[in-house]
Amino acid sequence: MLHVVNKSPFEKNCLESCVRLSQAGSCILLIEDGVYGALFNGEASEEIQTCLKDRKVCVLGEDLQARGIESDRIMSGVEVIDYAGFVRLAVEHPKVQSWL
Amino acid sequence: MSEELQSGIVKKFLYINRRAPHGTNYAQEGLEVALIGAAFDQDVAMAYLDDGVFQLKSGQDTKAIGTKNFSATYRALGDYDVKLVYVERESLERRGLSEDDLMPLVYEDEDDDWEEKPLIHVVSAGEMQKIISESDVLLNF
Repeated sequence: MLHVVNKSPFEKNCLESCVRLSQAGSCILLIEDGVYGALFNGEASEEIQTCLKDRKVCVLGEDLQARGIESDRIMSGVEVIDYAGFVRLAVEHPKVQSWL
Repeated sequence: MSEELQSGIVKKFLYINRRAPHGTNYAQEGLEVALIGAAFDQDVAMAYLDDGVFQLKSGQDTKAIGTKNFSATYRALGDYDVKLVYVERESLERRGLSEDDLMPLVYEDEDDDWEEKPLIHVVSAGEMQKIISESDVLLNF
């Protein structure tokens, strides 16, 4: 299952709920303001670290670039993907939960 | 995806409610859409997490704020054949609530001499993970 988070963890609890309620083996994709969740030493870094043990975590590069977040600010283990990668993830996972 | 789903018979719908009532329209609209879906003979279940658990708090009274008190409408869920209302325990606890604070929702079990049975199931985060992943269609409010 693909879980998509598009809100900043500094403003909303979407990422926190996604982490709590996604199963091992699922994929979490951070887009739009959700990309702030991938920041090294950020609000959500401990939760993301926990996720990385049994889930795949991706972040959309275009949204990072738009926000001036360089790749060295992103937690290691989080995979930066592009729009084509986003499409691939959507095709690979028949079910998508968007934590709006 | 199940064969049953591909043949177009019945889909398992899960309505995920994560917002408090009254401040915005999400709660009321989520409830109305769920009732409509259930009226079309879909397999409908409700999930309440985060601030969504406040939607089921007993004793809501909107008289003084001049809006419709739609909390009474939750009692219709059972009549529309919605038999599964899941509430996440952790979300309740973080808000100082317990199952006793929620409206006593029931449905009449036609397979058991129309006995009234509780609609609300308080579940752990782990159980909620499974419920989400096993549903066919997820709708968020």
